[in-house]
Amino acid sequence: MRMTVRIEPRLSVPPGLKLLIPLLSLGAALFSGGIFLYFLGVSPLKAYSVILKSSLGDSYGISETIVKAIPLTMAAIAVMLSFTMLIWNIGAEGQIFMGAIATAATVRYFSVDSRPAMYLLMFLAAGAAGGVWGAIAGYFRAKWNVNEIITTLMLNYVAMNLLNYFVFGPWRDPSSLGFPMTAVFPDSARLPFLWGTRIHTGLFLALLLPLLFWGILRYTRWGYEIRVMGENPRAASFAGMSYLKNVVLVMFLSGAIAGIAGMGELAGLQGRLQHGFSGGYGYTAIIVAWLARLHPLAIVLVSFLMGILLVGGETLQIVMRLPLSSVMVLQGLILFFVLGGEFFRKFRIRIRFLKGAPTEPLREESQPWK
Amino acid sequence: MKKITLLLFVFFSLVLCGAAWAAFPPIPVEEINPGFVYIGPIGDGGYSFMHDVGRREMEKAFPGLKSNYVESVPEGPDAARVMESLVRNGSKVIFANSFGYMDFVIDVAKKFPEIIFMHCSGYKTAENVGTYFGRMYQARYLSGLVAGSMTKKNVLGYVGAYPIPEVIRGINAFTLGVRHANPKAEVKVVWIFSWLDPGKEKEAAKALIDSGADVIGMHADTGAAPQAAEEAGVYVVGYNNDMSAYAPTKHLTAPIWDWGIVYKYTIDHVVKGTWKSEQLWQGLKEGMVDLAPYGKDVPDSVKKLVDSEREKIVSGTWDVFHGPLKDQSGAVKVPEGQNMTDAEMLSMNWFVEGVKGEIPK
Repeated sequence: MRMTVRIEPRLSVPPGLKLLIPLLSLGAALFSGGIFLYFLGVSPLKAYSVILKSSLGDSYGISETIVKAIPLTMAAIAVMLSFTMLIWNIGAEGQIFMGAIATAATVRYFSVDSRPAMYLLMFLAAGAAGGVWGAIAGYFRAKWNVNEIITTLMLNYVAMNLLNYFVFGPWRDPSSLGFPMTAVFPDSARLPFLWGTRIHTGLFLALLLPLLFWGILRYTRWGYEIRVMGENPRAASFAGMSYLKNVVLVMFLSGAIAGIAGMGELAGLQGRLQHGFSGGYGYTAIIVAWLARLHPLAIVLVSFLMGILLVGGETLQIVMRLPLSSVMVLQGLILFFVLGGEFFRKFRIRIRFLKGAPTEPLREESQPWK
Repeated sequence: MKKITLLLFVFFSLVLCGAAWAAFPPIPVEEINPGFVYIGPIGDGGYSFMHDVGRREMEKAFPGLKSNYVESVPEGPDAARVMESLVRNGSKVIFANSFGYMDFVIDVAKKFPEIIFMHCSGYKTAENVGTYFGRMYQARYLSGLVAGSMTKKNVLGYVGAYPIPEVIRGINAFTLGVRHANPKAEVKVVWIFSWLDPGKEKEAAKALIDSGADVIGMHADTGAAPQAAEEAGVYVVGYNNDMSAYAPTKHLTAPIWDWGIVYKYTIDHVVKGTWKSEQLWQGLKEGMVDLAPYGKDVPDSVKKLVDSEREKIVSGTWDVFHGPLKDQSGAVKVPEGQNMTDAEMLSMNWFVEGVKGEIPK
């Protein structure tokens, strides 16, 4: 008797499995994370309860998880939009920086007393700056087929250095004793905090944008166009859709949303421009977008879950006295399993037992990964 | 410029001498649970590592004291949450070890007026916020004496993190030491715009070596620059801690921190109920800064020179930034016989004669 293991692509996913796979992946992640914690001499149950308690256990924890989820959601919507078109915008981080720089520039040069006017100006400036940053890579891609993964990634460093230039140079606050940061923003340029927490009004954008883009991608002609174009640019151009125009537009919007996320962080939480403010949201957003399978509404949920993992991870260091690297292993395990679960959604594994001795080696098509 | 100096002077005399703030009531050792916020991982082998060495030294000195730390906290809004979680998990004293936490320290301190905050290297204080740092420039100067004595080409390199007063002050002190030992030597500066980026630190050191430097000094968080020096076979002066592990044959010495001094000092005052907000700036005399053990190539004559200069600083008869001091253009910045004030040193934004490099404006 011999056994064959075949991995076959699924034609359709049974509805039960859609729910079961993420749950099983999470279970497997927590289980293997538990083994890891056990060998560190830490009670897995206690560690997991610390994560949940610190991020969801009281109103402060929930509010901080939301604070973390706001920029993540916006940045993930930004990259989702380009990924939908199979354009790989890895540059959300730089676009966030550009949005922040534009916000600081608005505060410095166009400060007005009226709050709504100030918000509108900052919003437009941040959107335009992030948008242009994205559109540059988009144009290069569409016009000359320059790989946008490289250009968006490189533009991240340009943006960071641009930020350094401003805070070390012309925008340095003279009263900061030579330290690299701009003056503190006036009150009119600060987004108000809600409910006595650090949740700022960027929350509404983080809820509105996913809805908006869900609607656009699902119900409008343009949304249809960019989805088709992602899957088959040639067919799309035969159907009279302009690839160049759409790539530039999508990258502009993608960058603009990321830029606005940067504005939210700066005008909401930071209150002045200084280096190193983002905390890598532009990169984490890529994971979020994939975990959400590029679904705009799922992004909100996944960002919140990611917020739990990040906030809980900090507290794990405090309460369980775990080093950061262990916390990162744990976070990595969870992401690994949840993303790995995708495999079982796309493929199924068939194990068959055949009678008789093997007469021929395994055929090529039974090893689709080759 | 004069006006700013005057303002700064007023500002610092207010914060330094402004002892109008009352002392905090005593807290029993078991209840303090000091919480540490680190900019890097404790495995950086440099800056955060030394803070953690200090933390453990502090724990040992006070039986019953248990502390917490959080690593690699970015200098952004996350810092506020980390501090608040520490407080919510029982910390009565918070130590935040990087400059960029400043605004967040002040914010969180406002929210928890009964908690004591100690912010490293900043300048904002409040009734429950003190600052601490060390006169690293004194140890830098001594290390410069060694470096200046060992160069053959009279060209030294210096890997600088950011062009901010702390780093500039270090470069100036190092250069003054170098030129005291060897008036013909010059110090080339490369900025890497990062505290912790082993790749950049190494590349910068290599670039300096390629451009002719035969002794490397550094102000960054890891041992990457010493590694580059060892590989290239040039001498190196480490920083933060004894970095001879990264450059076993080429490490001359290193200006090092003993953060335990300030952590023990703070906890001692907290326990006794004598803590009040102040700006701590301790140096060689208190043991806050020092030199790491010498490498085997450092001759006795150089050690003697260092000892005699150290003696002048510790006894208080002389300090590093003592006039006449000229800037790069040759203009006199500190007149003959005068010392720079702390306020002037803390906002130092110009290079002394002998530095080859630019401060971005």
